[in-house]
Amino acid sequence: MSLHAALRGGAHSVFERSENLLDAFFGGADNPLRHLGALGLFFLWILVASGLYLYTVLDTSIEGVYGSISWLTQEQWYLGGVLRSLHRYASDAFVIVMFLHLLREWAYGRYHGFRLYSWVTGVPLIWLVFISGIGGYWIVWDRLAQFSAVATTELLDWLPIFDGVTARNFLAPDSINDRFFTVLVFIHIGVPLMLILGLWAHVNRISRVDYLPTRRVMLATLGAFLLLAAIKPAVSDAPADLSLAVNDARLDWFILFLHPLTDLTSAGAVWTLIFGATILLFALPFLPHPGRQPIAVVDAQNCNGCSRCHADCPYEAIVMAPHPEKRAHKIAVVDADLCAACGICAGSCPSSTPFRSQQRLVTGIDMPQLPVDALRRQLEARLAELSGGTRLVVFGCDRSADVGALAAPDTATLSLICAGMLPPSFVEYALRSGADGVVVAGCRDGGCEFRLGMEWTRERLTRRREPQLRQLVPLERIEVVPVARGEGRKLAAAVAEFRTRLESQGEVANRPPAYTRRNHG
Amino acid sequence: MVKPVAIIGQIVLYGAFAAFIGYFSTNPIYRQIPDDVALVKLSMSHLGSRECRKRSAEELAKLPPNMRAPLDCPRGRSDTRIVLELDDKPLYEVIMKPTGLSRDGVGTVYKRFELKSGSYKLAVKMNDNLVNPGFNFVKEAQITLKPAEILVIDFNPDRGGLFFQQGRATQH
Repeated sequence: MSLHAALRGGAHSVFERSENLLDAFFGGADNPLRHLGALGLFFLWILVASGLYLYTVLDTSIEGVYGSISWLTQEQWYLGGVLRSLHRYASDAFVIVMFLHLLREWAYGRYHGFRLYSWVTGVPLIWLVFISGIGGYWIVWDRLAQFSAVATTELLDWLPIFDGVTARNFLAPDSINDRFFTVLVFIHIGVPLMLILGLWAHVNRISRVDYLPTRRVMLATLGAFLLLAAIKPAVSDAPADLSLAVNDARLDWFILFLHPLTDLTSAGAVWTLIFGATILLFALPFLPHPGRQPIAVVDAQNCNGCSRCHADCPYEAIVMAPHPEKRAHKIAVVDADLCAACGICAGSCPSSTPFRSQQRLVTGIDMPQLPVDALRRQLEARLAELSGGTRLVVFGCDRSADVGALAAPDTATLSLICAGMLPPSFVEYALRSGADGVVVAGCRDGGCEFRLGMEWTRERLTRRREPQLRQLVPLERIEVVPVARGEGRKLAAAVAEFRTRLESQGEVANRPPAYTRRNHG
Repeated sequence: MVKPVAIIGQIVLYGAFAAFIGYFSTNPIYRQIPDDVALVKLSMSHLGSRECRKRSAEELAKLPPNMRAPLDCPRGRSDTRIVLELDDKPLYEVIMKPTGLSRDGVGTVYKRFELKSGSYKLAVKMNDNLVNPGFNFVKEAQITLKPAEILVIDFNPDRGGLFFQQGRATQH
């Protein structure tokens, strides 16, 4: 195992355990660790909204800039002061969730293959965030702003293209003029606009983006910032004075940490770190990784152009095009670069029903590594082997807890690429072919490896999404268990509890009519 | 229905998140320089002189009559040598190279020195035409630096060449 793989594996384990722990308090949908991207976007909107107000009262003259912000903080503390604090704390939180998001995606291996585009478009955004953040501190033009401006320009001047020129802008009290703040505000608005544009590109190739976290998470984080604003409002230091050095900077360590790092090492070391990290992040997807899984394949004869796979694909890998053989019909077309090989499309296809009588089940869109025909054959074989009092079929997911360990004479197990690959008709088929109950195990809420697999499965099984589980199937005989990788015991306990519950219901209660498939060539 | 334990857990975790941000948004205080230290900043952006050469009579005779300039001044500029002395001891020496492919752009230098507050004899010498020996600009002064004070050493021909700037006052 390479060092990179070992590091990633360790980070993966840390994130997974932390997320599972936080699930106990927040639940999957409200777990901030599972929605870092959406949380970051929410913080960005706080920054935009608070920033717009701050801009309206900002006097960009050299004499007025400090005074206008101080007035806002002290005289209008109930609005301007609170918004200023929100602006600061949301920016700090944004940096935190940005780095956590980056680390998490790396830890989970979500940076190569079909995710290459999202990863690569995300890397430059880090630069934009720090340019915006550092520049934002300068606008206040207090002692901290002076410290950061001088330290940043000294750092920039190490680069041959600047070569000692930019630091001259902050040499003495008469070095800067009113236009400086006009330019600074222009940059502080322009760069975040570029950031928003970059974020649009960043999420462009995924469908149903979590643009915002849940209302509960938004209210809680906003409440935390407001509380912080009340307890410790953001205030200015003394006005900047370029004739005096700043020897007691009250640094924002989330955004301005580069300055002490430069003093601790050197400008050359910091630039090496910055450029090195950027190049490394860009290069990561191109390091050797396990080969890609075969992508979804469309069968023109069996695709009826219903667009369900197009609607359900979490990565917008499927588009609908005119059918080559059937007039006025459409056909699904898979983009090989975007396909995650998750099989969610196969689960959404109405043709993926095991009740079809063909000897070889061919569906509209299928996964070569686990076709629905193989799934039906496996299910039929396992059902035939089932014995005992209460017979269960457990459908699992390769990315969550291993269902194979549950295999027993009264328990048949089948593992799919993703729980979202399971057509609801397979659940009905299992129940009508001898199973007393069906368990569907997949990733925890908000933790689906393929984003939407568990969500779609739940909706299909509760008849809120096509293809729906038919009405004749009693929901009491189905148990959906969200479990993370390594939570085999939890799954086993859930299965045992479900079995006990079924046994308490009695043999004949809510049983769908039996069915035996007749084979046709 | 959210359990009370979960609500308490969420309050604690969101509170810890807010406390973490609240603390590190201004703390710990960073001290870049000790309390009793002042800064001297040498910062110049200067175009060196042209290294002109007097043409001989033979050379002038070979030129068309309208181009017989007595001096041959190539486009490139001279390096600029700067020497700093503190209490008559060498503190720093630098050669500023002209920028640009044709060496015709301004040379720049930016260097920061940390000195304990107190009184010093500070001398800056500059030669912007290295064809000539010695220094064609010299500035010497007895300076007093208070803690955290910044003294700037700069050059501006409109302000008399080399000058020291302390606060808003300029010493020529």
